[in-house]
Amino acid sequence: MDVTIRVKRFDPEVADPQSYWQEFTVSIEDNGTVLDALIKIREDNDGAFSLRCSCRSSICGSCAVRINGHAGLACKTQAATAIKDGVITVEPMGNMPVIKDLVVNFDSFWDKIMEVEPYLKPEGPEPEAEYIASNESMLHLSDVTSCIMCGSCVSDCTVLEVDPSFLGPAALAKAYRFTADPRDGNEKGVSKDRLEELTKPSGMWDCTRCMECVQACPKGVAPMDRIMALRDQAMEAGFTNTNGARHTEAFSDSVGHSGWLDELRLVPKSVGMTNVTALLGYAPIAIQALTHGKMPPIIHKKLPDAKNVKKIFDKVEKPMERD
Amino acid sequence: MKYAFFPGCVSRGGCPELYPATKLICEKLGIELQEMPAASCTGAGVLQEKNELLGDTLNARTFAMAEALGLPILTICSTCQGVMSQANHRLKNLDYRAKVNEFLAEEGLEYKGNANPKHLLWVLVEDIGVDKILELITRPLAGVRMAPFYGCYIVRPTDALEFEDNPERETALEKIIETIGATVVDFAGKTRCCGFPILTINERNSMTMVANHTSEAKDLGADAMITPCPLCHLNLDSFQPKAASQAGRPINLPILHMPQAIGLAMGLSPKEMGLQRHIVNTKPLLTKIGAGV
Repeated sequence: MDVTIRVKRFDPEVADPQSYWQEFTVSIEDNGTVLDALIKIREDNDGAFSLRCSCRSSICGSCAVRINGHAGLACKTQAATAIKDGVITVEPMGNMPVIKDLVVNFDSFWDKIMEVEPYLKPEGPEPEAEYIASNESMLHLSDVTSCIMCGSCVSDCTVLEVDPSFLGPAALAKAYRFTADPRDGNEKGVSKDRLEELTKPSGMWDCTRCMECVQACPKGVAPMDRIMALRDQAMEAGFTNTNGARHTEAFSDSVGHSGWLDELRLVPKSVGMTNVTALLGYAPIAIQALTHGKMPPIIHKKLPDAKNVKKIFDKVEKPMERD
Repeated sequence: MKYAFFPGCVSRGGCPELYPATKLICEKLGIELQEMPAASCTGAGVLQEKNELLGDTLNARTFAMAEALGLPILTICSTCQGVMSQANHRLKNLDYRAKVNEFLAEEGLEYKGNANPKHLLWVLVEDIGVDKILELITRPLAGVRMAPFYGCYIVRPTDALEFEDNPERETALEKIIETIGATVVDFAGKTRCCGFPILTINERNSMTMVANHTSEAKDLGADAMITPCPLCHLNLDSFQPKAASQAGRPINLPILHMPQAIGLAMGLSPKEMGLQRHIVNTKPLLTKIGAGV
């Protein structure tokens, strides 16, 4: 079949380099992939067209690009399913500088992976033989160890778009791969030092939970779900002195107590009831809400049968408590 | 048609204009809303950070209540929609559902797996049909350039939201904009994050997101933005002045809840739609559509 591909090109070697769009129509097999079409462009139309690829089987993670605006592996995307209004749009990934055409610079990606120290760091005395890990714990890690470092999650991360200092979904998911490993950290498998480090600004609490990374990941790693699990681990390990942890606790207390959200008290409880400077910063917004009739109810009424919600909280949370 | 109504917390809290606007347009459209007064918060993804099972149990409780009424669930909050869809997706697993039902037994509830929670946006496009809305349009928003802002939870992840079986969900908001007679302003930020979830955690990043999306739409000539998510509305409207000041440029883009835009096109008054409660001035927009103030 013939497919029309609109690709974003960039050549750094011309004077005043600018990216531009170029359209190609190439012939591929009916069940061919976007990668087949891109390779065809290079073979038949322009030998200087640059892209990365290797295995063509979604294993090596080289060919991630943005297809119709969203990151994914070109080799895992059937061309026929990607045609929108007669054309497939292909661009380099986002949040990483473009080197040439579809090839981006991964330096910041690798720097952040290295920043989370991606290797086991057991504490305490070494066992006489090997470190023991249960089958269950390793099965739990199988999703996150499926990461092939393709960069799709980083490409589409909405926080990295506005703040390049954010650790990002790939590095945080990688961190979880170690914090959730029973061989890492203290004798109970709790990786306190890592968790403390990851609760700092630009770490786990900066994620907006937008799920772009969950949608983009071609291997089911679901980085955002790992970030949520990191937050739970950090709170369980006692790192609760952050706006994020306070927000989660205040939210949970409100729903557990009344069945629904007490919005009015959520903000002061999140920034800390004694943090006068931060509280004063919200005063203009509060006054604005008041004068526009947008202030949440001062008296937060419980839902009917709120006691039943509380009972569910007690029952579900009890067996989850850790020693 | 009759639905079990799940308004969510924000339409009764920080965005009190959304609830009555919804009621009024539903009345005109013949959509009957039966409240579920004892239904709890969905957890909004926040409770799930702490304990996913707890969040899923609360949502299963709401689903069971709707099943007992024999009604499908209608929500007006994208975040509620997303969180309920994700919970429902996990509750398709029979073992997991049985475990969750054990927690519901004491209250005499059981979730049988038949809930199909739907945002009003989807109900309008899939169940009611835009033709029905068209019949009720008396003041088409002709000449108004409107940017759709979906936010995150009503577009991702596509498996839990069943986009494959319902491909019209991808462009439902554009369809509504066209139905009420306005012109769609397409822009890259329409499915990005509004920044609300990190407002108290990293305000600077949150405000950058607000400024980026609103100014992108504004620069493309939008007169207003329309959203199905009250949390997005809180950040994009209430915090727009702060975001504009951080970005060092004026923005002044009115943000309408989806039901407000529909209500205006149906001839309902700006006051009935609660526009006086907005932070960004909506008067220039209302003058443009001849709804004066």
